[in-house]
Amino acid sequence: MLTNAVRVVSVNNLIEVRNLVKHFEVSGGLFSRNKRIIKAVDGIDFEIKAGESLGLVGQSGCGKTTTARSLCLLDPKTSGDVNFYNSESQKMESIDEIDDEGLRQFRRNMQMIFQDPYESLNPRWTLKDIIKEPLDIHNIGDLKDREEAVIEILKTVGLTPPQNYLSRYPHEISGGQRQRVSIARTLIMKPKFVICDEPTSMLDVSIRISIMDLMLNLAKELNVSYLYITHDLAVARYMCNRIAVMFNGKIVEIAESEELLQNPIHPYTKRLISSIPIPDPNYKRERYEVNYDELDKIISNNPDKKMIDIGNGHFVASHDTKGFFIET
Amino acid sequence: MDNLKNEKEIAKSLRRKAISKNWKLFKQSRLGMVGLIIVFFFFILSILQPILFLTGIWDQGTYNPVVGYVDQTQDFLVVECPKEFPTEKYEKRTDCPGRNEVNIKTLFYSDGEVGETIQLNLQPAPPSRDHILGTDSLGRDVFSQIMEGSQVAFLLGILSATLGVGISTLLGTIAAFFGGRVDAYLMRQSDLVLMLPTLPLLFIISAFAELKIWHLAVVLGTIGGLGGSVITIKSQALQVKVKPFVDSARITGGSNMKILFSHVLPNVAPLALLFMVFSVTGAIASESVLSFLGLLNIEMSWGLMIYLAQVEGYIFSGLKFWWLILPAGLSVTFLTGGFYLVGRGLDEVFNPRLRKR
Amino acid sequence: MSNILEVKNLTMHYETLDGDVDAVKDITFNVKAGESFGIVGESGCGKTSVAMCLLQLQAENGKISNGSILFDGQELVGMSENDLRKVRWDGISIVFQGAMNAWNPVVKVGEQIREAMREHNPKSTKSQNTEKINELFNMVGLDSSASERFPHELSGGMKQRAIIALALSCDPKLIIADEPTTALDVVIQDQILTEIKNVQELLGLSLIYISHDIAVIAEMTDKIAVMYAGSIVEIGPTEEVFKSPKHSYTRSLLDSTPSIMGEKKKLRSLEGEPPSLINKIDGCSFSPRCPSPSNECKNQSIEMGLIKVGIDHYADKCCSGCISE
Repeated sequence: MLTNAVRVVSVNNLIEVRNLVKHFEVSGGLFSRNKRIIKAVDGIDFEIKAGESLGLVGQSGCGKTTTARSLCLLDPKTSGDVNFYNSESQKMESIDEIDDEGLRQFRRNMQMIFQDPYESLNPRWTLKDIIKEPLDIHNIGDLKDREEAVIEILKTVGLTPPQNYLSRYPHEISGGQRQRVSIARTLIMKPKFVICDEPTSMLDVSIRISIMDLMLNLAKELNVSYLYITHDLAVARYMCNRIAVMFNGKIVEIAESEELLQNPIHPYTKRLISSIPIPDPNYKRERYEVNYDELDKIISNNPDKKMIDIGNGHFVASHDTKGFFIET
Repeated sequence: MDNLKNEKEIAKSLRRKAISKNWKLFKQSRLGMVGLIIVFFFFILSILQPILFLTGIWDQGTYNPVVGYVDQTQDFLVVECPKEFPTEKYEKRTDCPGRNEVNIKTLFYSDGEVGETIQLNLQPAPPSRDHILGTDSLGRDVFSQIMEGSQVAFLLGILSATLGVGISTLLGTIAAFFGGRVDAYLMRQSDLVLMLPTLPLLFIISAFAELKIWHLAVVLGTIGGLGGSVITIKSQALQVKVKPFVDSARITGGSNMKILFSHVLPNVAPLALLFMVFSVTGAIASESVLSFLGLLNIEMSWGLMIYLAQVEGYIFSGLKFWWLILPAGLSVTFLTGGFYLVGRGLDEVFNPRLRKR
Repeated sequence: MSNILEVKNLTMHYETLDGDVDAVKDITFNVKAGESFGIVGESGCGKTSVAMCLLQLQAENGKISNGSILFDGQELVGMSENDLRKVRWDGISIVFQGAMNAWNPVVKVGEQIREAMREHNPKSTKSQNTEKINELFNMVGLDSSASERFPHELSGGMKQRAIIALALSCDPKLIIADEPTTALDVVIQDQILTEIKNVQELLGLSLIYISHDIAVIAEMTDKIAVMYAGSIVEIGPTEEVFKSPKHSYTRSLLDSTPSIMGEKKKLRSLEGEPPSLINKIDGCSFSPRCPSPSNECKNQSIEMGLIKVGIDHYADKCCSGCISE
């Protein structure tokens, strides 16, 4: 049974990322005037349709989180375009060109769920204040409306009865409950687009699935799109319609989840897939070996960022492969 | 409405639980408890005095710490001490005048001939039933002075600590939050204040202006607030600033001011409170030093009591006039120590890594 | 094969401000020489406490109230600190979660390992030790030049490999790996797991692998124990337990693990949260979360204990009847 195939994925793009670049300058040492540039995100393209979830998968340090932070305007991007669908004017607008009102609109529709449930809630605030903070910031409704909205959303995320949670502090509830509060806080504004930065990786196995199911159900109900960041392909497969594989700041392969797992083409994707442990003692995994240094050299020697379409919405980076994989 | 009432009740019980848990943690620290008992003792002392006056148990004329006076007299035999020792009556120079005797050469204010018996004031008088810590050389009750002194210590300590920590919390958080030039300026400023030697600076200030107790509180608070604690509070604020909950407020579009006041400041507050308790100690000690040097325009304080004992020479007579020196000296020591120990206890509540279990 | 470790009725609690926490309740298991034994469970189920008890390194407020730990014929509970020091590292060594962050930042990695070797084997010379370190580094897939580097010059995965080399440096008979890959990403995890498996096979060591990740456990171990709320609820050969789990908690764990293999299936989530161990639990600790509790399970006076359900396969009395598929 496929869980999220039933979700309605519209034809319209909700967000388009075009050639997004984020470089960090690092000074070369105490006496050196040279500055080294770290290319954390080096020209990536993807788009997410309304109601769709895209998984962004890669090892730590590959630029997943930097992408997310640039997208939600936490850190300014170096260059590139991010276009967002404005539901009022009904067209795509670049976030560099919109006015203040457009920016407000954008922020209302964009939220982020963080990895660490222990750090992502202000320890000095009650859960009620935490959850209704977005409403306070955007001045939506009067106090009574906001309180009702909080109670409503607490029920939605399965923290019942809500009265038991309103005046608690984050340290008084468990990790799974905290992540539910994070989700409640995120969804209270009914955003269109939510970035999830490994929201379940610090939770226990038995709780993990209930949080993932909750997110899937809410996505269906509220028609939310996710950009789901994780290093675990098994989780990405469960959560996402499509998966993008990132390596050293670039997207090397992007396809429908099942297509990517059944038919991986890029050597890095193959390596990633072959390193996922299988919960079956009889299954013998074969590791697919890749020389990262060589791969990195090949990629950086080929600045061409074109992706090759191999059908079924499956795209692979087109750098020269020297026997690695397909030629066009 | 029922829900709302229910919610309030839950909130109340949760708050009570949190307080009792923190109290339990604090109680675990034995030093902290000792400190709290000491501070509490002095607090009782300081509020006891006005109560005693208001209820009329103590009469202002006798027990007022500044202008109170009580006539305590005793009969003395006037003698003339010989030039050479030993004589029949006295063996050494220190034996003259003996008990209930007075040397005629030290009789400046009253008349009398050798061999006569005259009535003289007995000041400073040792502890007695009426004056449990005796009186000073002007006939004022020492116990009442100690009580007055503890009022001064509390007022000064808490006033200057609050002011100082207020300043340093505000500046430290602003420096951390905005960074760049604001940060650089504030840090250089605090380096500068740290470089200034506090006591000599206070001498100079007191030379130009008459320092009253709240003047001193403001000066001490400002110097403390601009100095080293800014740096510590800044480093704490820097840690809070990068927490995901701050990011998530930013993503939603929260303004800098809102994030500063509702996210960063509350999370710096426990550290600030700790600083406050510790800086009370410094303020009380500075006050004692300044009034001991006679640089404060102040009616009564523990430092002043020791100052008076010193200028009148009682401090050099060993422990013969102990009630003029020890009560005031021990009060300063114990109250500053008490506040320090309370700080240590609070540290254990706020710093989970110091907890034993 | 003989048992290298025999744990019998081990019971341990922590004394805390809020009362006693029963972290380990009446645990019995054996590990054979050369075998790899897995302990799986959620955080707070007591699996790390078990590991600490095996080394007698439990926190100051952790008190063993009952039971025995026989390692190689020696009783560890109540052993003097001096004798214990010989058993640790020489007999049993441990790789902690996040141990890679425990390197002293100002001493070269190789020197730190040499120090441990000197402590435990004062007779060996420096060149002997260095030779052995190089050998160990090659074994765990590190270049031998890495031993002359400072910890900050190595990546997280390399540091964790060096920790494994350190754990092997005194020729232990048993290695305890307590979530050694939790802070690492999948590719590094895969490499570390492979190294541990290789080393174990090469040296014929026994391994106790502790994890919350049932997929990792499936790959790494011959025999597993599933822990819940301080007790072992199911224990048996890994294949057997995965093929026919008898306890409904084991079943739930298997059902809630996503996989990239096979058909994408709806995972079954487990309702509720693990119980707090501070409150004494009467009867079956899992019954409040059990998807299909029988009336018997809810009975608070039901007696708990493992019963035999297959060859070398035991499950908790209460839940072993719940699943009848």
